[in-house]
Amino acid sequence: MPNNQDNLIKELVGTYGRERTSLLPILQGVISQKNFISDFDMTEIAKELDISAAQVYGTATFYSFLDTAARGKYVIRICKTITCDMHGRKEIIQTIENMLKIKVGETTQNKIFTLLETNCLGWCHKGPAMLINDQPYSELTPEKVHEIIAEYMNNNRR
Amino acid sequence: MSELIQRVDLIFGEYSDQKYKVLEEALKRPNDDIIKDLLDSGLKGRGGAGFPTALKWKFTAEVPSDEKYVVCNADEGEPGTFKDREILSRVPRKVFSGMAICGKVIGSNKGLIYLRGEYKFMLPELLKELDTYHEHAKKLNHNFTIEIRLGSGAYICGEESALFESMEGKRGEPRNKPPYPTTSGFMGKPTVINNVETFVNVLMICRIGPVQFRKLGTTDSRGSKVFSVSGDTPKPGIYELELGMPLFQFVDEFGDGDTKAVQVGGASGFCVPRKKFKDTIIGFEGVPTGGSMMIFNSSRSMYNVLHNYLDFFEEESCGQCTPCRVGCQQLRKGIEAVKRGEKPVLYLEQLMKLAETMKITAKCGLGQSVANSFSSIVSNFKEEMIY
Ligand SMILES: Cc1cc2nc3c(=O)[nH]c(=O)nc-3n(C[C@H](O)[C@H](O)[C@H](O)COP(=O)(O)O)c2cc1C
Ligand code: SF4
Repeated sequence: MPNNQDNLIKELVGTYGRERTSLLPILQGVISQKNFISDFDMTEIAKELDISAAQVYGTATFYSFLDTAARGKYVIRICKTITCDMHGRKEIIQTIENMLKIKVGETTQNKIFTLLETNCLGWCHKGPAMLINDQPYSELTPEKVHEIIAEYMNNNRR
Repeated sequence: MSELIQRVDLIFGEYSDQKYKVLEEALKRPNDDIIKDLLDSGLKGRGGAGFPTALKWKFTAEVPSDEKYVVCNADEGEPGTFKDREILSRVPRKVFSGMAICGKVIGSNKGLIYLRGEYKFMLPELLKELDTYHEHAKKLNHNFTIEIRLGSGAYICGEESALFESMEGKRGEPRNKPPYPTTSGFMGKPTVINNVETFVNVLMICRIGPVQFRKLGTTDSRGSKVFSVSGDTPKPGIYELELGMPLFQFVDEFGDGDTKAVQVGGASGFCVPRKKFKDTIIGFEGVPTGGSMMIFNSSRSMYNVLHNYLDFFEEESCGQCTPCRVGCQQLRKGIEAVKRGEKPVLYLEQLMKLAETMKITAKCGLGQSVANSFSSIVSNFKEEMIY
C-alpha cells in the first residue's frame, strides 16, 4: 500500500513541519504507526525535508528505538542492565522465547511479536522490567510475564 | 528509618495551597535577587556534574541574544537512576515552575523538556499538566511556553550537547566544548540546561529561602537529594535524603547485612568496597552521584557487574572519537582475556592505564568516566577479575 504510506509521511510532515528539527518527531511518528522505518519511508521523508536520504538514514540508525529493520506489531524490549539481570532477567527471556518460539533479536512468523534487549529502562527498584511498545512492565516473574504475553496474544486474535 | 539518616520532604513535599503561587511571587522579584538567592543557597546541579546553578543562569542571563532557551534534561539514562520519572509524575508543577523562573531570569520565552523515549507512556499526563501550566502562565502574563521532545533510546543524548544535537534532528553526537551552552546551546543560542531535580530545587529555594535550604546537607553539598536505591536491598525505591551522609550509614539503612560494595553514581560512577564505607561521604566532597545507588552483596560477582557496565558503554558510545569507541571494546575484551587466563594478571594494570588515557583523551563525559567504574572495580576486586 504505497499510497497509505505516502499519506502517513505527509500527515506527519503536516504536523511537525519541514525543518531539520522536525526529523526526529517524524521518525518517531512512523515508529508509533508502523514499528519500523522502511527504506521507502526514509526516502520519502528525505524528499519532504529536502535533505539527503543518507542524512535521514544516518539519524534514524543512531537511535536504538528507531528501528530500520522490519518489526512485529508488538516490540518487546527486556532490560539487560545489572539490577534486572540480578533479579532474573534470564528466566524472563526464557519464558518469552519458549512462548513465542523465537530468540532475542527475532520476530515471530506472523509478524506480531519482536523480542529485543535494551539498556536500563529505569525500573531498577522493580526489576526485572520490560517495555512492550511504549508500555512498561516491572516486577516480572515467569508467571506474570506468561500472563502478560498471553493477553497480548489473545487480544490480537480477537 | 534510623535516626542517623535524615528523611527530607522538600522535593516531594506538598504543593503550595494555591496553584503556581511560588512562580507568581518569583515573577515579581528582580532577577539579581533570585540569582543571589541561588548563589547563597549553594545549589549545585543534580544531573551529576554538580556545576553551581546560580553561575550557569548568571552567565546565560548576561549574554545578549534575541533568542534563548531553557532546557530540562529528563533523559535519565544512567543505569540505576529512576528518580526524575518519579519527580515528573509526582510534582510536575514544581518542574515547570522552576523552568518558568529560569525563563524570566535569563530572558527566554521558550522551554523544552527532553524526555527519554523509555518514558513516553508518561506523555498524556504530562501534557495535561502542561495545559494547566500554560493557562496559569497566561494569567500571570508570563510569556514562557514549555514543549516536550522525546528521545529514542540513546543514553548519550543525556549529555547536554548531544541532547541539543538530538533536538535539532541530528545524530546525538556530543560537540566540542567550548563553546558552552551558556553562549551556544540549542540552535546555537544561549541555553540553560538543568536536570529535572535542579529545577525543583530552584523552586523550593524560592519558596523556603536560601537560609532554610542551606540547613540541609554539608558545606560542599547543600540541600537534599533524591536517591534511587536498587540491587541487594530489602527496600529498593526512591528516597529523599540529606546530602553529605557517610556511606556506612546508608549501608546500615539500606543494605541486607551482607553488603560487599555500593556503586555510587551508576555505571559512570564509582564502586566503593566494604572496607571504605566508613571514610566515604556521599556528596560533592566525596563520591558524587546523580542519585544512582546500586547495592551488591557477597553473592554477586563483581566481574559480572563490570562486564555488564562495559557492555553498556560499548553499546552506548556514540563512536565519534577513537579513545572511547575502541577503548570500551578493548577494556571488555581485556577483562575477558584475563578471566580466561589468556592474559597475565599484570595485564589488568595496562587496562587501567588505558582507562586513564580515555579519561584525558575522550571527547565527552561518557568516554571520560569509564575509568571511574573500571578502575574502582578492578583495583578493589582484583581476585574476582582473575578467578
Ligand atoms: C554520557 C552522559 C549522560 C548524561 N546523562 C544525563 C541525564 O540523563 N540527565 C541529566 O540531567 N544529566 C545528564 N548528564 C549531564 C548533563 O550533560 C548536564 O551536565 C546536566 O544536564 C546539567 O544539569 P545540572 O547542572 O542541573 O546537573 C549526562 C552527561 C553525560 C556525559
Ligand atoms: S567519548 Fe564516546 S560518547 Fe563521547 S564523543 Fe567520544 S565516542 Fe562519543
